[in-house]
Amino acid sequence: MKFWIGAGVVLLAGIGLPLAPVINEYVFYAGYMVLTFVVLATAWNILGGYAGYVNFGPPAFFGAGAYAAVVLFKWLQAPLAVQIVGAAAVAGLLGFGVGLLTLRLRGIFFAIATVAVVFIMETLMVNWRYVGGATGLQLLRPPVELFDSYTRMLFAVMAVMSVAAVAIARYIQVSWLGRGLRALRDSEEAAESTGVPTLKLKLFACTVSGALMGAAGAPMPMYLSFIEPASTFNLSYTVGSLGGAIIGGMSHWLGPIVGAILLGTLQQVVTVTISNEMNVLVVGVLLVFFVVAAPEGIVGLFLKIKKAIRK
Amino acid sequence: MLGCFYAAVSIGLSVSFGLLDVPHVAHPAIMVLGSYFTWVLGTYGWDPLAAGLALMVPFFLLGVLIYRFYHAVFESRGSDAGVRGLAFFFGLAFIIEVGLILVFGVDQRSVEAAYIGKSFALGEYRIPMRMVVAFGVALLLTFSLTLYLSKTFTGRAIKAVAQDEPALRLMGANPVRIKQWAFGIATGVSALAGAMLIIVSPVEPAIDRLYIGRTFCVVVLAGLGSMTGTLAAGLILGIAESIVLMQFGASWAPAVAFSILLIVLGIRPQGLFGR
Amino acid sequence: MSGPLLQISKVSKSFGGFAALTDVSIDVAQGERFGLIGPNGSGKTTLINCVSGALRNEAGSIVFDGAEVTGLPAYQRTRRGIARSFQVPRPFRSMSVLENLIVPLEYVAHKGSLHIADTRSEALALLKQMNLSEKADTPSSQLSQVELRKLELARAMAARPRLLISDEAMAGLSGSEVDEVLKILFDLNATGITIIMIEHIMQAVMRFSQRVVCLDAGRIICEGAPAEIVKNAEVQRAYLGV
Repeated sequence: MKFWIGAGVVLLAGIGLPLAPVINEYVFYAGYMVLTFVVLATAWNILGGYAGYVNFGPPAFFGAGAYAAVVLFKWLQAPLAVQIVGAAAVAGLLGFGVGLLTLRLRGIFFAIATVAVVFIMETLMVNWRYVGGATGLQLLRPPVELFDSYTRMLFAVMAVMSVAAVAIARYIQVSWLGRGLRALRDSEEAAESTGVPTLKLKLFACTVSGALMGAAGAPMPMYLSFIEPASTFNLSYTVGSLGGAIIGGMSHWLGPIVGAILLGTLQQVVTVTISNEMNVLVVGVLLVFFVVAAPEGIVGLFLKIKKAIRK
Repeated sequence: MLGCFYAAVSIGLSVSFGLLDVPHVAHPAIMVLGSYFTWVLGTYGWDPLAAGLALMVPFFLLGVLIYRFYHAVFESRGSDAGVRGLAFFFGLAFIIEVGLILVFGVDQRSVEAAYIGKSFALGEYRIPMRMVVAFGVALLLTFSLTLYLSKTFTGRAIKAVAQDEPALRLMGANPVRIKQWAFGIATGVSALAGAMLIIVSPVEPAIDRLYIGRTFCVVVLAGLGSMTGTLAAGLILGIAESIVLMQFGASWAPAVAFSILLIVLGIRPQGLFGR
Repeated sequence: MSGPLLQISKVSKSFGGFAALTDVSIDVAQGERFGLIGPNGSGKTTLINCVSGALRNEAGSIVFDGAEVTGLPAYQRTRRGIARSFQVPRPFRSMSVLENLIVPLEYVAHKGSLHIADTRSEALALLKQMNLSEKADTPSSQLSQVELRKLELARAMAARPRLLISDEAMAGLSGSEVDEVLKILFDLNATGITIIMIEHIMQAVMRFSQRVVCLDAGRIICEGAPAEIVKNAEVQRAYLGV
């Protein structure tokens, strides 16, 4: 129950804040990116944290969603809502396909396959003239109602999406689905022999994860009024998703939120004070640090401390 | 020609991933690191091939260090190790790539040597000299490694550790030290591969991601742990890429390795020569 | 119920060039206490893996309760009633002892109707059977060897099997611990569960089994009552390597 109250508050803030004209536009501009990473990290964690299958392909799914949205917009003048649904469907299908191909094998093959998908997707988009090829495509934003600016509206959309994504992740985590995923992460062989349909669960997690990432990618072309392969299939999405989930904590739905917000703010601070490259390096180092020293992530550590205090 | 080069580049991975089962996605990144060190030595007047050979020793030590760290932190722990090990190597590759960007910038670098820039005619074809050098080195590397693994004691121990660790322990050999040694060799080899990389074409920091595709494609296609298979697979990849390059143009070429990889994973994950 | 519960017919399995099992045929009757012995590497666990679905046999068929299960994934075989414990215990380390049992309860016993409250009490009842009640909320990573073995059995039991395969559940246990596990298995058998026991501890196998089969290098070399098996020259040779 507490969760839904919290979610409701966030939702109100997410929609209410952009409606208030006093707040600086930049807040929403930067906030949109942070929320995007919240969704990406949460989505990544469904397969990566709960099931234990590392996915290096967020750019592929994110990009698939973005390009699907572009196609829908260009071809059918589809409204944003339809774009998002379409993007989720396409990315989900991609997730299912990649999963079908490689989830029968060990985790590392899946991981490598996801790297492959990123490259292949990027190459495909570079060569597809309809969506602009290598040079990219300019997009004209349709007029916006209710909100003062398109960016504000996108922020609100992303806020809703974040809440939805987290709600889905949370449901999976606490339900029998989550238990099955955890079982297969702990020992896939034992899980199979205790009746857990491991392949089906893995495919499920992969598809949902991919679909959410695609949904996160859909508003991106409108956000930038532009789309092109190089920045869409960028490594930073991989690092952001993995980093957010690992640093925040992989076993709990709160983890990716904490991680994404932390990385997002860190990114803004470091980029402004030192340099853009340095920021990226810092994230990388943090990632390795947490992987090595604190695999439970921030949320995990927090829970551990709580338990220790109780005793 | 290109194929042999790819084979040489992938041999190190064949050992570390194929035989040792380490999720070493940072292998190409280390190779690129080798390329850059070669370049640095090049500015001091070193011949790139000599530089590559010289770098093998420090890289060997680097490999040993990395493995010891990896083993201590990950291999001795429990179920989560798979995810974390993979994430660790990814983070490592990422740090190397960004570090290189910070130090050297994003531009491409290349080296000068007596045999670069020249080519010699073989009937109708003109073959760039540097490719021949790479080809020769690659063949040499493959043969010596294959011989090493089958003839020497440590070599065979490495192969054994891949198949049956407890048995090896019973024979009195320490599996951790052997794996360490093997990983060191793999890393040392990638130093040489890095030198060859920069001989063959200009290098930039982001290139390691492309090579992840190529090296893993070769290793998977070959079948884990097969050295000669690596050579064959490298050749296949090289030929496939060249064909695509000629027929469809440069924008499609990067996808070849990855596509082959996906196809192989889907149809025949043991590869051509795998166990 | 007519006919054997489990029919293994001419099963063969190879790993690369190595033939782990050749032409193995065994029938296990409903409610039987069946022992499987053989020296290390003779193929016992491989056979069990083929029956439970962890491995696929290349030749031969496995029929359970009258239906062909060869080729079915392991989780489906579990749902049909085949459960096994692992030689080296594989608990779900991130979960408590209780949660370890809830997984099979949810996925096998209660497929379709999932009420957490019910599964909790069922799991606790199972733990009581295994004398593990006090450890219900302990993380499974903190259990002792014998407790882990009992958890393995409990988890297999949570799947409500008709056939339980116990793979060296007593290896490395002390005399009294062996007796404890043996009693549990006897009690389970008394409720009608067919049990296949793989063991090296001869006195346990001989006390427990009604029928014993001995494997060596992937083939059956002897089959019969415990008393006969012990006297059999082939069996002695296999174990002593003479």
